[in-house]
Amino acid sequence: MGQTPYDRVKQARSINRPTGGDYIRNIFTNFIELHGDRRFSDDPAIVGGIARLEGTPVTVIAIDKGHTTKERVAKNFGAPHPEGYRKALRLMKQAEKFGRPIVCFIDTSGAYCGIGAEERGQGQAIAENLMEMTTLCVPIISILIGEGGSGGALALAVADRVYMMQNSVYSVISPEGCASILWKDSAKAEAAAASLRLTAEDAKFLGIIEKVLSEKEIGTKPFYDRLRAMLVEDLSQLTEEPELIQKRYERFRKIGSETRSTAVGQ
Amino acid sequence: MALLNFLKPKNQLEEGGRTAAPIQQDAGEPEKTCPNCHKEIPISQLWANSLVCPCGYHFRMKARHRINMTVDKGTFKEMFSDLQSTDPLLFPGYQQKLETVGNASGETEAVICGTAQIGKQDCCLFVMEPYFMMGSMGSVVGEKITRLFEYALQNRLPVIGFTVSGGARMQEGLVSLMQMAKTSAAVKRHSDAGLLYIAVLTDPTTGGVTASFAMEADIILAEPDATVGFAGARVIEQTTKKALPKGFQKADFVLKHGFIDQIVPRREQKKLLAELLNMHNGG
Repeated sequence: MGQTPYDRVKQARSINRPTGGDYIRNIFTNFIELHGDRRFSDDPAIVGGIARLEGTPVTVIAIDKGHTTKERVAKNFGAPHPEGYRKALRLMKQAEKFGRPIVCFIDTSGAYCGIGAEERGQGQAIAENLMEMTTLCVPIISILIGEGGSGGALALAVADRVYMMQNSVYSVISPEGCASILWKDSAKAEAAAASLRLTAEDAKFLGIIEKVLSEKEIGTKPFYDRLRAMLVEDLSQLTEEPELIQKRYERFRKIGSETRSTAVGQ
Repeated sequence: MALLNFLKPKNQLEEGGRTAAPIQQDAGEPEKTCPNCHKEIPISQLWANSLVCPCGYHFRMKARHRINMTVDKGTFKEMFSDLQSTDPLLFPGYQQKLETVGNASGETEAVICGTAQIGKQDCCLFVMEPYFMMGSMGSVVGEKITRLFEYALQNRLPVIGFTVSGGARMQEGLVSLMQMAKTSAAVKRHSDAGLLYIAVLTDPTTGGVTASFAMEADIILAEPDATVGFAGARVIEQTTKKALPKGFQKADFVLKHGFIDQIVPRREQKKLLAELLNMHNGG
């Protein structure tokens, strides 16, 4: 590839990449958008609703950064508020009620960082999604399409299968944030990006994701056709899975369980 | 320098204008200055008073001190104490940091787990350690807490957890982040079995710990004046370029906004926990 991890970060952030909304419009048909969390408001940073995947109704949820400056400002550059996560959870519970699979597209620098977000419980909203998603009885596939910024990304990624586009990144903290905390110098972001192991290949190596998805012909019809075919295939497998919730539990349970033991027993 | 940053409060703004100096039994200092009332308080008086200043200021407390204060004497049995991080990312300087912090704090990781009795009732207990990388959650913290909830589920025991954390541990990258999902899954199973989980949020409880098991309890208590939030106050100020309201992310603020059940001073915690356990029939 010849690219540094920080080059990948820049690519993941590029405004020329397809947005979450683009993925929904091009992979699915008959998309019906459903708004609002029924508690406070509607967060434009997260778009969700019902659509058809080769005819089958599915619930789709996407963090959408928008294309134009106006859109991007309205969508807080894809940084969701608590009401966005609560809307997503409402739609996921609805999917469970009606037996629809769930597909999430993730692209965020992180959950919105602001006074209102804290007042309305950003931490609680994310925590509730994590907890509830672990036992939803319908298949969930989450795809990181750009930035996967920490808890704000994970809140839509407690899935049966998690995939990353080749040039997306997934990280516990931004490289700039990491550099500023560890080395008191945000200019050391390049080094931090390398140390954080945030590329799709790293995530695959660490056992965090199942697949790295090719970006060949990204944004074109063959690209979306390929993703659609993959989703159809993977969801049909997951729909047949009798131990779905148990498998999802084990999927996350095993991560970081290989801790070093210094003594015998407990 | 880097080590000191983890052992000591980062700066006035992050700590909400408070500086909680580490207090140790063998510190050999006769007095401590209270960051709230600025009076000199004799160490022995603080120790007799659960590290609470007469003005009400709660000093930061080591996990083992808290365990002694909370459980019935001699009932705590530690579990999973042998787990240590594998440094999954081979993050520069991390292994050495773990060693130095371990030596300085006398702990091997940022949480202590076990079983105990509180008011003669059995429970599982986890207490996070502020003097180990500010209670940050890496694979070991996630694994120990997950194992504790699994043990509590198998043995039908309630869980009581004291949180203090700067969030996910960045030196373990995505492995740390996934501990949020892993612990949440274990809390959910425990909860779905009808078992009780009480969290006591202490200063500071932030980031990935707030956004996972700290906010997932049936009953959420907080210590007076504890900072409880997701994003750091300084980051919010820099991002929004707005002055933060007075008392932002303090326990009173979080209570007012509906995210915790009660603020409970340290000296009243044991009695309340015992009564809550009792009302839930020991779990």
